Amino acid sequence: MKKLINAADQVEEQMIEGIRKAWPQYLKRVEGTDVLVRAAKKEGKVALVSGGGSGHEPAHAGYVGKGMLDAAVPGAVFTSPTPDQVYEAIQAVAGEEGVLLIIKNYTGDVMNFEMAADMARDEGIRVEQVIVDDDVAVDGSLYTVGRRGVAGTVFVHKIAGALAERGASLEEVKAVAEKVIANVRSMSMAISPCTVPAAGKPGFELGEEEMEIGIGIHGEPGTHREPMAGADEIVDKLLSKILADLDFDGREAALLINGCGGTPLMELFIVNNHVQDVLTERGIKVHKTLVGNYMTSLEMQGFSISLLKLDDEMKELLDDPADTPAYREV
Amino acid sequence: MTDSAKLIEVLGNVKDAIDANAEYLTDLDAAIGDSDHGINLARGFRKVAEDLPAMAGKDIGAILKKTGMDLVSTVGGSSGPLYGTAFMKAGASAAGKSEINTEDFLNMFSAAIGGVKMRGKSEEGEKTMLDAMGPALRAAEEAAAAGKSAKEMLEAAAEAAAEGAAFTKTIIATKGRAAYLGERSLGHVDPGAASFAVIMKTVAESY
Repeated sequence: MKKLINAADQVEEQMIEGIRKAWPQYLKRVEGTDVLVRAAKKEGKVALVSGGGSGHEPAHAGYVGKGMLDAAVPGAVFTSPTPDQVYEAIQAVAGEEGVLLIIKNYTGDVMNFEMAADMARDEGIRVEQVIVDDDVAVDGSLYTVGRRGVAGTVFVHKIAGALAERGASLEEVKAVAEKVIANVRSMSMAISPCTVPAAGKPGFELGEEEMEIGIGIHGEPGTHREPMAGADEIVDKLLSKILADLDFDGREAALLINGCGGTPLMELFIVNNHVQDVLTERGIKVHKTLVGNYMTSLEMQGFSISLLKLDDEMKELLDDPADTPAYREV
Repeated sequence: MTDSAKLIEVLGNVKDAIDANAEYLTDLDAAIGDSDHGINLARGFRKVAEDLPAMAGKDIGAILKKTGMDLVSTVGGSSGPLYGTAFMKAGASAAGKSEINTEDFLNMFSAAIGGVKMRGKSEEGEKTMLDAMGPALRAAEEAAAAGKSAKEMLEAAAEAAAEGAAFTKTIIATKGRAAYLGERSLGHVDPGAASFAVIMKTVAESY
């Protein structure tokens, strides 16, 4: 394992400090915790808190700022933060208007965040939560754990964040977050795995001529393996799965071509080139396109496509201003 | 049945037992999970043990609440919230008491199981720690109703927990990470059920 680290058990702490020192104009660390909050607390609005394991940078600290999150809670690499940390985040940002937790659907994440929510409610803080489950690779009906939450979460942060910034109520912000979740679908693939520093070896291994389809964001294996193919062919495969799951035809959509951390932007643009053509062919009008590393899996090479079916409300909120380290809209 | 000093002694014994079984529990987890159950739980109970000296003289509810908080903040994954909730709910049920009797114990145990069901959105039969906890509670209730001593009651619970853990070998996981494996989870003991059996056995041996 060759990594730009000092010690495996120091990666989270040193990364948090590095983030804090990089973006003091946007965020600060709540003393004695791993929580990152807006540098200047915005009063009089619903506060949005999200988080998850580390290793997904710029998620989630990169989305702390005007028009998006109020706090981000990083856990150990690919491990949910513990309830006490999430509770600290809730306490740091909570006002009269209440707090919305944005959780990705993994058993550990859901339990730890829900537990923090219970602790906060015991203190009289109003807390609601939404659970993002946009990954169409996992069949939600097969077992009770359901689909995973992946890169589509960024759209939830943006749209719910915009409505909160406008001063909407907790109920309204939660409702729009759930609307985004109901209308966003994602699908991903990888051509090389990633290595968790503490584990020291990759989560799976791929031959030169192989690719992994339907990967999650934690370096875990995907749904199946196939012979490597050209970018356009891979795009067709992923898109067909998304478009079969939800009817986008003739509608407006927001598109995220997300890099997994080790993919050159050049390749992401090659992917986008064909995605746009296919969507146009299907009569789907792309209102906004994001291309880049928004929700990564360490150094994994691969990408995901997230597609959000828009209505007028979501479209407007997507266009609202946002000013965060990793997402800006002017 | 138990006062604060005895509870502190029992929790110290549990820490030792989890330490001794850490590798066994992690090996069970490697088969159907992400191979860290023993490591994580041992880290949690080491933190619990570290904080025990400062708990001397506190009531039973406070000691169990602190135990739960320690587990929640150090174990991580899903076993942290589950065991943490169990201890916190047991603590809430014994709030303010510096000594508990058999009836208190049964109420605390029942509250703990209720907490695990609520937190895990789970019931018995889904290949989880509940498959060891449920039978243990029922065995303890029967023993108490039959007028057995506290030690006999705990021994009956420990035996039922071990049987419950063994039973998880025969069923398919529908909750937790093992659920992704479907039928491939058959033939393996659930690590959470196994760790609960270890804890229950240790508690019984402490009397």
